[in-house]
Amino acid sequence: MKVILQDLTKKFPSRNKKANTEVTAVDCFNFEIPDGKLIGLLGPSGCGKSTTLNLICGLQQPTSGKIFFGEDEVTHLPPENRGVGMVFQNYALYPHLTVKQNIIFPLENLKGKAKLSKEEMNQKALEIAKLVQIDALMDRKPGELSGGQQQRVAIARALVKMPKVLLLDEPLSNLDARLRLQTREEIRRIQSETKITTVFVTHDQDEAMSISDMIVVMNEGKVQQIGKPQDVYNDPVNLFVAKFLGTPPICVFDGRVEAGSLIIGSDKVMDVDSVSDGEYTIGIRPEGFIVNDNGTLTCNLKTVEVMGRDISIVSEHGSCQTGSFRSIVSSEQGIDITKASVQFDLKPSKVFLFDKETQKRVPFQVK
Amino acid sequence: MSTITDYEIIEKRAKLTKTLSKSIIYALLAVWGIIVLFPFYWMLLTSVKSYGEYSSEAIPKFITLTPTFENYQLAFTAVPLADYFVNTIIFTVATTALMLIIIIPAAFAFSRLNFKGKNMLFMLFLSLMMIPNELVVITNFVTVSSLELRNTFTGLILPSVMSVFYVYLLKENFSQIPDELYYAAKVDGTSDFKYLRRVMVPMCKPTIITITILKVIECWNSFVWPRLVTDNEKYFLVSNGIQAIRENGFGRENIPAMMAAVVAISIPLIVLFLIFRKKIMAGVARGGTKG
Amino acid sequence: MEKNNKKAWLYLLPALIFLAVFMIYPLIDVFIYSFEEGYNSASQTFNGYGLYNFEFVLHDPYFIQAVKNTFILVVITVPLSTFIALLISLGLTSIKKLRDMFQTIYFLPYVTNTLAVGLVFMIMFKPTAYSDGLINVLINWFGGNTVDFIDGPYWAKMFVLSFYTIWVVMPFKVLILTSALASVNKDYYNAARVDGTSSFRTFRKITLPMISPMIFYLVITGFIGAFKAYNDAVALFGTNLNAAGMNTIVGYVYDMLYGEGGGYPSYASAAAIILFAIVLTITCINLLISKKKVHY
Repeated sequence: MKVILQDLTKKFPSRNKKANTEVTAVDCFNFEIPDGKLIGLLGPSGCGKSTTLNLICGLQQPTSGKIFFGEDEVTHLPPENRGVGMVFQNYALYPHLTVKQNIIFPLENLKGKAKLSKEEMNQKALEIAKLVQIDALMDRKPGELSGGQQQRVAIARALVKMPKVLLLDEPLSNLDARLRLQTREEIRRIQSETKITTVFVTHDQDEAMSISDMIVVMNEGKVQQIGKPQDVYNDPVNLFVAKFLGTPPICVFDGRVEAGSLIIGSDKVMDVDSVSDGEYTIGIRPEGFIVNDNGTLTCNLKTVEVMGRDISIVSEHGSCQTGSFRSIVSSEQGIDITKASVQFDLKPSKVFLFDKETQKRVPFQVK
Repeated sequence: MSTITDYEIIEKRAKLTKTLSKSIIYALLAVWGIIVLFPFYWMLLTSVKSYGEYSSEAIPKFITLTPTFENYQLAFTAVPLADYFVNTIIFTVATTALMLIIIIPAAFAFSRLNFKGKNMLFMLFLSLMMIPNELVVITNFVTVSSLELRNTFTGLILPSVMSVFYVYLLKENFSQIPDELYYAAKVDGTSDFKYLRRVMVPMCKPTIITITILKVIECWNSFVWPRLVTDNEKYFLVSNGIQAIRENGFGRENIPAMMAAVVAISIPLIVLFLIFRKKIMAGVARGGTKG
Repeated sequence: MEKNNKKAWLYLLPALIFLAVFMIYPLIDVFIYSFEEGYNSASQTFNGYGLYNFEFVLHDPYFIQAVKNTFILVVITVPLSTFIALLISLGLTSIKKLRDMFQTIYFLPYVTNTLAVGLVFMIMFKPTAYSDGLINVLINWFGGNTVDFIDGPYWAKMFVLSFYTIWVVMPFKVLILTSALASVNKDYYNAARVDGTSSFRTFRKITLPMISPMIFYLVITGFIGAFKAYNDAVALFGTNLNAAGMNTIVGYVYDMLYGEGGGYPSYASAAAIILFAIVLTITCINLLISKKKVHY
């Protein structure tokens, strides 16, 4: 089932009752979610991603705009008639029911022709429990399960009625780091086995990048960029997206273009073409640095951390917006840690220019 | 797969059910609201009807066009209502103050100090919460009578002071204050008593206020014990006063004047409630029970 | 922490003195009283120990009437008030507008003097020399006959007493249930809604089990409270409850202790102990049932 969001907007009345202002949680969201894909809604907290999820689910009503499931408009349909499955951030497993009773719960709501017999329900519950690998825990209560197991039960409960769309709200945020890695693989596997269109919300870019077919980066209610994770990473449309994706974060410098040269501080780092002269914000991915004694960018060396495969270099530059920055180089590149300074060459594909005013990406070519 | 028209029908039906159920809920709530408020309205209304007006209506009227305050005047002159008020205030203030003086150190000892047999003693305290008042009232009555303390404030107040439940409530609150504060105060050379007075009591002010309000309500409404130990009108509290008015009244069955007295003794607590609405309701929700 | 025994006992001393004098000593004493036969309150002498006091009380028609009244009151008011309180709390929880106002109104009976408002109920229900009283006027409107609720037939008196008792206990129950309902995580309801659960099923399968501990708490405290009913009855029918045939067990205890038929602390003690035994038994039965029924 594909899901189409058309000019979707949600405004809330401001908390401050006297000021008659509104807060726009979601602003003109347009997106066609292709059938059977795993989509990650990504953004910092308060960016409107959870509201978007609730709009798709039907728990909240949009102020304007439309939602389609396939060809049918569902904008004002109550959630129970939409055929969606939802996994809540705290799982919302009913504590007084066993795992099995929790999973069967949605099936017992079916009425009329869709009504199932006891055996059919048990059958379905067992199938789905096997899929998420909790079939051994069917008679336990949620309180007796670990966080990861509870998460699986929640997914099973959302999946058991074969929803058209599966929605997950911060599915991994309540798990510890090790379980998080394991569970995100699990979500990917379950999604690809069931082929149900899945939308999940997260503030953790690692999580979104690693398992999504496509990611939607949001900020302050507005969609910033939609695309395949790698494409968005390699080709961010603005400074926000560039900064939000990637660990360690992108290094941001103040710089300028003068007569075909890109200049950071007093260092002429690159020759560039088809870009007008002026001040720019320059973003360089940590892996875009190459250590070279004759390199064009000279920085003060602060610390060097050897991490096996890679070396992480923390260095300072006067034009760096954060003062110091972290770059990642291969451990095969030698570096003399006794020296006070370090010189870098830059990989042109890892360097982005942004307009100082609009923060939009400014394309350039390497001469 | 359903068609678009199906969806429209579902949407409409969902909307209709929602409006319908909302209206039913509001209607139900309003009905109970009226049941609760009506007696208050009725006593106010009756209290401003003149004796003649009230007596002459064969069918009670729901409004009066000639309100009068003569009943209030009568209530305060024909019976010593003002004395009942003063007695109740003395009783309430003294009982509440004494209770606070006693329970704060006790709660402090249970939450902060370490001593032999603490857990045993606390368990004993908790089990005393289950003892109904009716069991102990009998002996207390005999004791107070034999000490010739009937018709004295001492006899009224002392047996009403102690409340195990409030010790428990306060102890729970005291225990939430982090140990570090106590150790810090000890390092600075603060005495236990000063720490209690300057740190714990101010920090637990909301609970202490809640307890105070609950105790005040309890005292203001207490009836059984005052009835047992007072038979002299000079020591009647408002509850007993109302009962006396009801039985001997104003010489004749003057219901408007009776209602004026009822309004007068109800107002202080209602005003107190409206001021501390949030605190009182939170306090009661935390486990206060009436009586 | 170092042990500071002396200081701790010093802090506890006032509380312990009060408890010892006004709770623990009376508690022991009441048992002794109840077994003292032929106690004379004037000379403070008695004949010996035995079960005579209990025998007397259990054969006293006034006591039997009081027990009967109390049981009827308990059986009517506890389930009914809990059920109505549940309905009202559910209603309160599902609205936003006017909620604060309703909550405040509903709480008012809690802070009023039971005796005083009881008087208002009495004049509303009582036909007087001049008129039939408000409630009878309403009954007449709907074609019914005038009933004397205060001095009339037993069922009418029991109806007023039950009605007033429910009116008095409602604020506490509504408050407790509303806060219990508010503490149920909203996500449970959202999850149930997404799964297309009907509101009745949501209530039965999710809400009710989640607040069941609180409901049982209310039932137990409701039982205890209703067994100790007294003030409400006095407010409606006056202090001479035996004459009105509306006495309660607690009323019987006080009547035996003091007043026109008073001066028999031994009988009062025996009756109080019987009451305590009844309450204790019912509470234990309640706890046993709740262990089976309350889910977590």
